[in-house]
Amino acid sequence: MDLNQLVVILATAIATATPLVFAGIGETITERAGVINLSADGTILMAAMTGFAAALATNNVLVGFIAAAIVGAAFASIVAFGAITLKQSQVAIGFVLALLGADLSSFLGNPIVLVPGPTVPAWNIPLLQDIPVLGRLFFQSDPLVYASYVLIIVVWIFFYRTRPGLLLRSVGEQPAAAFARGSNVVRLRYLYTLLGGALMGIAGAAFSLDFKAGWSNRSTAGYGWIALAIVIFGGWNPLRVAIGAYFFGILQSLASVAQSNIQNVPTQVFSVAPFVLMILVLVLTSGEWLDNLLARLPVGVRRPILRALRQPAPAALGKIFEQD
Amino acid sequence: MKDNSTTPSPALALRPARGLTYQAGALLLSFLFLTVIILLAGESPFRVVSNLWDGAFGTPDQVARVFSTLAPLVLCSSGMIYTFTAGLYNLGVEGQIVAGAIATTLVLREFQGLLPAPAVVAAGIIAGMLGGVVWGLLAGVLNIFGKISEIFAGLGLNFVAQGLAIYLIFGPWKRPGIASMSGTEPFDESLWLGHIGQTDAAPVALVIALIVLVLTIIVMRNTHFGLRLKAVGQNPRASFILGVPATRLLLSSFIICGGFAGLAGGLQVVGLFHRLIPSISSNLGFLALLVVMLISFNALWIAPIAFFFSALNVGSLQLPMVLRMESSLSGVIQGTLVLMALLARGFSERAHKRAGGQ
Repeated sequence: MDLNQLVVILATAIATATPLVFAGIGETITERAGVINLSADGTILMAAMTGFAAALATNNVLVGFIAAAIVGAAFASIVAFGAITLKQSQVAIGFVLALLGADLSSFLGNPIVLVPGPTVPAWNIPLLQDIPVLGRLFFQSDPLVYASYVLIIVVWIFFYRTRPGLLLRSVGEQPAAAFARGSNVVRLRYLYTLLGGALMGIAGAAFSLDFKAGWSNRSTAGYGWIALAIVIFGGWNPLRVAIGAYFFGILQSLASVAQSNIQNVPTQVFSVAPFVLMILVLVLTSGEWLDNLLARLPVGVRRPILRALRQPAPAALGKIFEQD
Repeated sequence: MKDNSTTPSPALALRPARGLTYQAGALLLSFLFLTVIILLAGESPFRVVSNLWDGAFGTPDQVARVFSTLAPLVLCSSGMIYTFTAGLYNLGVEGQIVAGAIATTLVLREFQGLLPAPAVVAAGIIAGMLGGVVWGLLAGVLNIFGKISEIFAGLGLNFVAQGLAIYLIFGPWKRPGIASMSGTEPFDESLWLGHIGQTDAAPVALVIALIVLVLTIIVMRNTHFGLRLKAVGQNPRASFILGVPATRLLLSSFIICGGFAGLAGGLQVVGLFHRLIPSISSNLGFLALLVVMLISFNALWIAPIAFFFSALNVGSLQLPMVLRMESSLSGVIQGTLVLMALLARGFSERAHKRAGGQ
């Protein structure tokens, strides 16, 4: 494999991963606040369809992204209302929305299937784009891809270096304590569920207005579940979640290369990989056997290994909080 | 990630009238929403309804197709009663259908010609059930011993089963000549389940589904096992303290659900498609989840709701031809009804709590 081929594979991987970065970071924000938005698959499909339709009608890509973000937030608001206000099962409501969004997007999106429409224009960054290899990989993309890099960094800083970020995490870990210190847990959970949903909506538009350029029924089906898997794989840490998304991108990109070389194995088999990895990661990090194994090591060694391997879910994830 | 609701549904049972008012409201809102959606798509709701009816019941063939969808749907819904009662969201049911279908196909391939045809078919159906059991058990072991949320264990295993099926269809089991998404080479007609006339309805599949349904209703209403399953589902901690063997019960519910789903998958192979196809589950597992959520896990209601959902599925198939409308309307209707019912339940519980003194 020569350098040129490697650059092509990595460039494809980045393009594949970009929508997943938005979706994964969105879900990470929501789950860090203690709410599971299981509707990702349906949300992304609905947002992809509406975003494309809006951009097509106005011939303006930005309008498409705004419409997609609104749809994403709207879906998330149903989850938030059902889960936080009505105290029903988040899993049940999210799951129904995942199926409903998929069917609704096919039903309403029927007239715009395979219609050509606007896409996000490329934007090569002057000077930087001429750096060998790196320029090709990182500075010859489009604004959406650059925005995804910024998003990863901003969310990481927000989580771990700001007060509101600390509050967000405490609402997901110890809602009772956060409430006692004067935070409005319900309002914060609503806020971050809607914000996460809007990012998921942007992920949908990233498919239909950029990566896949257009709408066809169920064109992004499965990516929502992959995003949910990547959040677990990334241990609810935005940086690791992004790495998970790029890792998935590389797998997909390699799969399309491999397909021309290994003809017996269809590409669909490779799309199973993230789920097998997710299960393996969960087995590795959730079971008690890890504690038993590491108990044999001296404390100084054990701590860093445990911290590297085990990224526990937010303690109050999916639990109902009685604020009143 | 289990449902930690502090007020389980019995609150509803005490005040059926109030619950009923809210459910009626949910139905009304669903109608309104669906009317708007259909108008948005530029059609008249009345024409859509009459087309759905014609599509489901217009000809004997179509009625037969409704029943051939009903059998696997009833099987999966019945299985889901056990896991839901135990407090588990078994989203792995799709994979369990696929695993069953793979096991059935394996047995049919290995034994066709070696044994008399009826014996091969019977062995195939049993193998389907076992395949589903294995897949359900896998999710159960991951959940109980691996401490992984059953939701993600199940979802992950769905994709693994799907990948395995596609690998087999394109790899070792590919049709002579070209491998394609249309599935494996169809089995010899002697290995098909008997059909009513030239239609899709296989009486054996319906009888099996009916037996499983009646069994489920009896187990849930009249047995010690059903009672203990409910105890585990409503309060795992308390039942642990009271000496209910939670691990064994949870594993059994995974096994039973997997078995019924696997049975559905096996019957899809011998009774309907006569080969393994990538979409062998036809999303019936997820549809069964909707059925069971809509009926609040009460097995008595499986038959009518599953029949209604099957009729919607079949009725919508001709929408693209007649009205140039996407057949996914059936999914939109089903999803809307379930979503509204869930929200109505929430409203009703909230009103009950407010009225019933803090």
